[in-house]
Amino acid sequence: MKINKLIVVTLLLSLSGLVASQSAGDYEAPRTEWGQPDLQGVWNFSSDIPMQRPQRYGTQEFLTQDEIQERRDAIMAGRAAADAAAARINVPDVPDEGSNPGGYNDFWFETAGLGDVVRTSHIVYPEDGRQPDYVEGAKVQFGGLGPDVPGDRPVRYVVGGIDKNGPEDRGLSERCIVGFNSGPPFTPSLYNNNMQIIQNKDTAVIMTEMIHDARIVPLTEKPALDDDIRLWSGDSRGYWDGDTLVVETKNFNGFRQSFGAAGQNYDAVLTEKFTRVAYDTVDYEFTVDDPGTFTDKITAVVPMIKMAGQIYEYACHEGNYGMVNTLRGARVEERLVSEGIDIGERD
Amino acid sequence: MKIIVKYLLTLLAPLLFAGIADAQVLNEFPRTPDGKPDFSGIWQAMTTAHYDIEPHAAAYGPYPREMGALSAKPASLGIVEGGRIPYNEVSRRQRDENARDAITKDPLAKCFMPGVPRANYLPFPFQIVQSRDVILLAYEFAESNRIVYVDQPEIVSQVDAWMGHSNATWEGDTLVITVTGQMEDTWFDRVGNFHSFEMVVEERWTPGGPNHIDYSATITDPNTFTEPWTVSFPLYRHVQEDMQLLEFKCVEFAEEYMYGEWRKEGTPIGNPDQ
Repeated sequence: MKINKLIVVTLLLSLSGLVASQSAGDYEAPRTEWGQPDLQGVWNFSSDIPMQRPQRYGTQEFLTQDEIQERRDAIMAGRAAADAAAARINVPDVPDEGSNPGGYNDFWFETAGLGDVVRTSHIVYPEDGRQPDYVEGAKVQFGGLGPDVPGDRPVRYVVGGIDKNGPEDRGLSERCIVGFNSGPPFTPSLYNNNMQIIQNKDTAVIMTEMIHDARIVPLTEKPALDDDIRLWSGDSRGYWDGDTLVVETKNFNGFRQSFGAAGQNYDAVLTEKFTRVAYDTVDYEFTVDDPGTFTDKITAVVPMIKMAGQIYEYACHEGNYGMVNTLRGARVEERLVSEGIDIGERD
Repeated sequence: MKIIVKYLLTLLAPLLFAGIADAQVLNEFPRTPDGKPDFSGIWQAMTTAHYDIEPHAAAYGPYPREMGALSAKPASLGIVEGGRIPYNEVSRRQRDENARDAITKDPLAKCFMPGVPRANYLPFPFQIVQSRDVILLAYEFAESNRIVYVDQPEIVSQVDAWMGHSNATWEGDTLVITVTGQMEDTWFDRVGNFHSFEMVVEERWTPGGPNHIDYSATITDPNTFTEPWTVSFPLYRHVQEDMQLLEFKCVEFAEEYMYGEWRKEGTPIGNPDQ
């Protein structure tokens, strides 16, 4: 299923450049039974493009055809190496001593393929494609898959941890509270970059596969939510600007970062735009405005590609044996150390 | 003859008017552009059956010393048609075993998704967003949700899920949803009523008035029950203008319950206030 999905994504992405180039500007989205642009379906926001633009590109927004070909060659070389590694699994040879057998979960990872129009970064504003500077005093907190980085609660990043004293010391995705890619806003990551849009006359639903978050967006005038009601995914309100669905989200709870490794999103305002530019493509653009963290706004563009499939229930918390094992392992280590038993080097 | 006609009209009039009134009520139920009942809205059951779906009197709660009457169990007529669940003998013993220590074993204490039909009578609202081919049911509790595939029988359950897999068809004004592929780990209530992995739930959603739905769910599970049985209750629309679903992302509230024994001694619970 996963392989089929990847093939579909890759094919569609390969085609999307052609479709986009043929239809840019004159594509008219199909209509729902209420006459609104129909964005419904399952969409995938996998990407091989970096969020921030490598500095060597300066303000160059798109790769040249030569640069695209270089990227394709590198991707194909990587795939050939992966295929060779996979083939070795079926051969009962002992791997060379010291060789890297690869990650056990490489097959999960989604790559998107490249069309004929390729951005140098998802960030399009500021013009250099780079995250703007932090304001003085901004909260910056780095997580990751490496060793824990000691720090203070709350842990606002998604993966990693400051310690193992309690679940609150771990990243938000390790706790199964929010997904590591599903935002809001959506930011392409290693796998499960899937979301579904459902619409009726007065409401749009932005549903993520990761941690099954159904963000319900009213499209009618409603009073603002009380400022004391703060939510992990914020409070979203939407409207149509021509054929573009615009969603503004605030009332975040401050327990998440506003963008990248920085900020706390309490005062952040997120604006997302969804525009169907081809049968198989929704242009997704988001702008993060968090003056308490960044000296400027950040706008990024992430294409979403139509999927021929369904999203599945990602019951993260129900199967979170990892949290028990992480905490229990830490307590066992402490006990062994207190008993004078040498447990070797640990993270 | 006139007297007979007059007599018959007198007898039939209430029935005729009742029929007209019913039709009017159903006409007031919102419709989609293609004429189907539009169930979109925020709904909630008004029942205490989530404590126990069978009829029961009020009773002590689990923490009388700490919480007094606040933890007591309210009485309920129940929602099981006929009153009792037709367990087979083995399963009834299992239910009784579950009931003995139910408060510590109910999957909802861990913030696990409730499954169907329990999600529909929890004391939390849920929202229906109805489109033509898919209908979303988003539940406030634990951010559980279901995508219902309408008239798409080719989309079948591929893996078991806590909220199952939902396929729907229309029978006149009734939306019939068949839920398959549910995990066996969910319960029906707080006293240990349960099912197996073979459970199939047929839900029937019928407009009952402009602001209520007549809901029923028939449970078939030969592993556990001697015959199919049905729960039924009305669902009521939240009509206030500013009503919206909020978050009850209860994972954080369940962490101490689930992981507390492995917390480092003296470490505070939760995050500091913002």
